[in-house]
Amino acid sequence: MARQYTLWISARRDSGTGWFLGALALIIVVVPILNLAVPASSTFHISAYGLTLVGKYLCYALLAMSVDLIWGYCGILSLGQAAFFSLGGYAMGMYLMREIGPRGVYGDPILPDFMVFLNYKTLPWFWHGFNHFWFAMIMVAFVPGLLAFVFGWFAFRSRVTGVYLSIITQALTYALMLAFFRNDMGFGGNNGFTDFKDILGFDLHSDRVRVFLLVLTGIVLGASYLVCRMIVSSRAGRVIRAIRDAESRTRFLGYRVESYKLWIFVFSSILAGIAGALYVPQIGIINPSEFSPINSIEVVIWVAVGGRGTLYGAAAGALLVNYAKTYFTSTIPEAWNYALGALFVLVTLFLPRGIIGLVSGRVRKPAKTQGFPVPAEKPEQPVK
Amino acid sequence: MSVEKTLYIDQVTVSFDGFKALNDLTLQIDPGELRCIIGPNGAGKTTMMDVVTGKTKPDSGAVRFGEKLNLLDMDEPEIAQAGIGRKFQKPTVFERLTVFENLELALAGDKSFMKTLFARRTIKQDNRIFEVLEIIGLTQQNQALGGVLAHGQKQWLEIGMLLMQEPQLLLVDEPVAGMTPQEIERTAELLQSLAGEHSVVVVEHDMDFVRSIAKRVTVLDEGHVLAEGNMDQVQNDPRVIEVYLGA
Repeated sequence: MARQYTLWISARRDSGTGWFLGALALIIVVVPILNLAVPASSTFHISAYGLTLVGKYLCYALLAMSVDLIWGYCGILSLGQAAFFSLGGYAMGMYLMREIGPRGVYGDPILPDFMVFLNYKTLPWFWHGFNHFWFAMIMVAFVPGLLAFVFGWFAFRSRVTGVYLSIITQALTYALMLAFFRNDMGFGGNNGFTDFKDILGFDLHSDRVRVFLLVLTGIVLGASYLVCRMIVSSRAGRVIRAIRDAESRTRFLGYRVESYKLWIFVFSSILAGIAGALYVPQIGIINPSEFSPINSIEVVIWVAVGGRGTLYGAAAGALLVNYAKTYFTSTIPEAWNYALGALFVLVTLFLPRGIIGLVSGRVRKPAKTQGFPVPAEKPEQPVK
Repeated sequence: MSVEKTLYIDQVTVSFDGFKALNDLTLQIDPGELRCIIGPNGAGKTTMMDVVTGKTKPDSGAVRFGEKLNLLDMDEPEIAQAGIGRKFQKPTVFERLTVFENLELALAGDKSFMKTLFARRTIKQDNRIFEVLEIIGLTQQNQALGGVLAHGQKQWLEIGMLLMQEPQLLLVDEPVAGMTPQEIERTAELLQSLAGEHSVVVVEHDMDFVRSIAKRVTVLDEGHVLAEGNMDQVQNDPRVIEVYLGA
């Protein structure tokens, strides 16, 4: 009861929360109506393609939020967040592959097509259990969480921070990409998984199932937002911001900095994994290119463009940049990478608080407590 | 006859690339004592605080908190939890948290992630925060961000954070740098009122300030203790005059 009350208070105080949840509700109500109820001949009709696109954007918004939680609030710039997204996606993909059953091209009741093609005789041990939906759902959270835990345990304990941490997260996702490209990893090599048929017996190609997945993604995004908001408005959230701004000071107050970083990193990786799991059934394919380093960097750009340290800014940035990407890559594809790079540079130089900063700066008068310059990070002295 | 001391620093040596920042330093602090440590730049004053708070590990020597706790086996959070608080030379407050939140984070208590995730402030804790706000004169500014405070106010806020921690031993590095004379006077009063209940170690360059508060003064030079005694004694010590005061 008390907790709900605080959530409600923080939502009241923070108008961004209201706008964000309102816009999200609008999307998951209006888009399905425009698809299911509006006739295909109407200009307002949203096609199956449009539906998938919106669903994809919402997954990306969740991924961006997971980056904002660790980067915007805790100062951990992870350039490997797509690794957790992809692992979640692969876990979901494994379930969807098993769900195909004997309907594959080769008709093997147990082995997915690529295994038959690659002369597998039996199912590798790590594929067992993925015929159960519940098991796959646990793995969606468990595998990214475990990787983040092991990685973070070593990295944060050794006090790897700043650009060094970013580089090793980038290396992590790159290493995973190379591993998943190998055919004998048992994850379909460079083709990955595709040709999914259905999920829990429902046809993935029907508009109703697509609409359901889209609405589900929206609800998960909204719920994740509230959980993240709860974390960042708790005292632990204030400790996390304290770590971002003055890590060693926080230690001298008696806080175990590495364990705070670890838990927030693990939680963020699980959110990314869930985003990946929602992404795969809507897009219909997962392959190792999802691990590619550039993907993780793009997420950081979405967050920077939207405005970090707000959660909803990250989601808004993901939606806007991806909409622009869809638009540009279909009209002037060769210009997109330049546009994205320029966008990042311009936002960093002129909009340090992102688009959200621009909007909220106009609403609130720039009080003394808002937007004062952030001091440049000074390197920590090496511990002898 | 020996009364338990609060802090023992015993033959501690710290070297950075061959340079001995602390050289066979031996120092003891009594319970409730207010000790001032002076010395020229590079004498090892800040390094000594780094060693005590776990930031720097010495090459040799022993550091104990009371009779039992070996500080060299502990890391910064453990030492802070054990009851040693520190104010840094350059005031370090959380610039993007409010004054109130800065004090809240310094509250003594369980500081694990799960505990703070569901922590609620009690009325008692709230009252304590407002009490400290009153002491450090920042009641009006309690909702301002730490970063917008004036330099002297940041110094005070950091002292306030020390008070919230309720430490047994306070290490205060240059508390009056950049303060106005009135602020200096109030800081002197505050530190004196803290001594007795807590042990306070102050490192300071401002001689007038040291004279106004110190009962015992330790002079460091090149990483070891040059002289110790009351202000008059050390000021008249010819070795001290040579390396420091005479300069």
